[in-house]
Amino acid sequence: MNTMQEIEDEIVEDFNLFDGWEEKYQYIIELGQKLPALDVKYKVDEYKIKGCQSSVWLHGEEREGKLFFMADSDSTFVKGEIALLINVLSGQPADEILNAKLEFIDKIGLRQHIAVTRANGLSSMIKQMKTYAFAASNHSKQI
Amino acid sequence: MATFNVNDIRNDFPILSEKAYGKPLVYFDNAATSQKPKVVIDALVNYYMHDNANIHRGVHFLSQRASEAFDNVREKVRAFINASSEKEIIFVKGTTEAINLVAATYGRKNIGKGDEILISAMEHHSNIVPWQLLCEEKGAVLKVIPMNDKGELLLDKLNTLLTERTKLVSLVHVSNSLGTINPVKHIISLAHQKGIPVLIDGAQSTAHAPIDVQDLDADFFAFSGHKILGPTGVGCLYGKLPLLEEMPPYQGGGEMISSVTFEKTTYNEVPYKFEAGTPNIADVIALGTAIDYWNNLDRPGAVAWEEELLEYATSKISAIPGVRIIGTAEKKAGVLSFVIEGVNAMDAGMYLDTKGVAVRTGQHCTEPVMLRFGVPGTLRASFMFYNTKEEIDCLMENLGKAIQLLQPQTAL
Repeated sequence: MNTMQEIEDEIVEDFNLFDGWEEKYQYIIELGQKLPALDVKYKVDEYKIKGCQSSVWLHGEEREGKLFFMADSDSTFVKGEIALLINVLSGQPADEILNAKLEFIDKIGLRQHIAVTRANGLSSMIKQMKTYAFAASNHSKQI
Repeated sequence: MATFNVNDIRNDFPILSEKAYGKPLVYFDNAATSQKPKVVIDALVNYYMHDNANIHRGVHFLSQRASEAFDNVREKVRAFINASSEKEIIFVKGTTEAINLVAATYGRKNIGKGDEILISAMEHHSNIVPWQLLCEEKGAVLKVIPMNDKGELLLDKLNTLLTERTKLVSLVHVSNSLGTINPVKHIISLAHQKGIPVLIDGAQSTAHAPIDVQDLDADFFAFSGHKILGPTGVGCLYGKLPLLEEMPPYQGGGEMISSVTFEKTTYNEVPYKFEAGTPNIADVIALGTAIDYWNNLDRPGAVAWEEELLEYATSKISAIPGVRIIGTAEKKAGVLSFVIEGVNAMDAGMYLDTKGVAVRTGQHCTEPVMLRFGVPGTLRASFMFYNTKEEIDCLMENLGKAIQLLQPQTAL
């Protein structure tokens, strides 16, 4: 498994190939369309993060000291963002997820589009992923 | 006055030649805010370059010039909506503040426990929440005029909804999420038969057709400057003079007082009683310039053109499979709200954005409307007289592409 930094660098490199917002959008949509489906048992309110314009269902679980995320959204674009986040964060140790700065979001020029659509719940989603990590991290320290 | 010609008109609006991601900007978010003609932008710059001073207190040259420019706008607004007196025009931040002002003054004074406030099912949150706050404070009840599946109010319900306890009707003139033009004159006359005053939310209507508050017989009428070619941060509340005179002040401070001692303060006369503090001088002056622009426009030509645009867009979009228009009232203005089967509105809106086409997506601050139509949100293209049919063609072409990209492929 690559480190988070390595994965982030790869994403930034990929995005550097794109010419502008239109190509980035198309790529994120493509990622969203390929995101593996979330088990229906997690598509319930308990796992829902409600945004103003789209909702996200997020489930995380811990296996051997690492956290794994699965998620879905009613927006394909948000699913694409989920795919990027899962790529970076899923399978990483809880402590590292907790400290992740996720600088790639700025570097690939996504922040401005996310800021507009506060809406799309990406920041709530990151917060929720970190909450999972916080719980897992505390849990492992107690053991 | 020149006959309306959209190509000439567009030259008045510098922003319309902007590019978005290198593509010509197509601006269809006019219901959120209108673009500004250069004269309005110049008025703002000129004010700060040449006239800036606080008003109504300085004995000096600049203050007098700024005061005069500011005071002239009240008369321009009066004429623009045909109020009977300048005193009936209160400058506020916008429609939202105007409604809050009425709730906080007229409402607090006249509405009590068990009284009713009547709004409609298609109100903007700005014409719901101030009344809910008041109801909570006073133990009053908020009642709602329902609408049909086309987005038209069910007027036959009015007879039972206007009761002895109804103390105020607050109603949107043109819906920002459906485009419906409500028959406010008729509703006002029904309310008046029972002695109930009516506030009209004119945030959308003021840009689409000339307003005559005396003909409507509205008791209050609220609108925002930024939706009618003026700057943000300024709007107006019209109120009938006898009502305004009886209302307590809104906020305390400078300008709104007549005399202040520690024992007792007396208030200034209407409208100053409601304008505490240094007003938004620059934006009021530029709003005056925006009104001059309207007055120099071939208004019937502009209204007709806008109607033609809406009709053209409606017929074009109806030909796209999977599109459902939300809001199909017989009388509509300026707004085309729709959903696409299997496609998230935000995804489609963002696709259009990549092509330089600006639309609005989501609930448009009318969550109850979305609930009523059973949709999570819509895409909304809203038009102004400076839009063109070519721009609508561009929207439709890219909408087709968005659907192709985003709609789940059904297996053959």
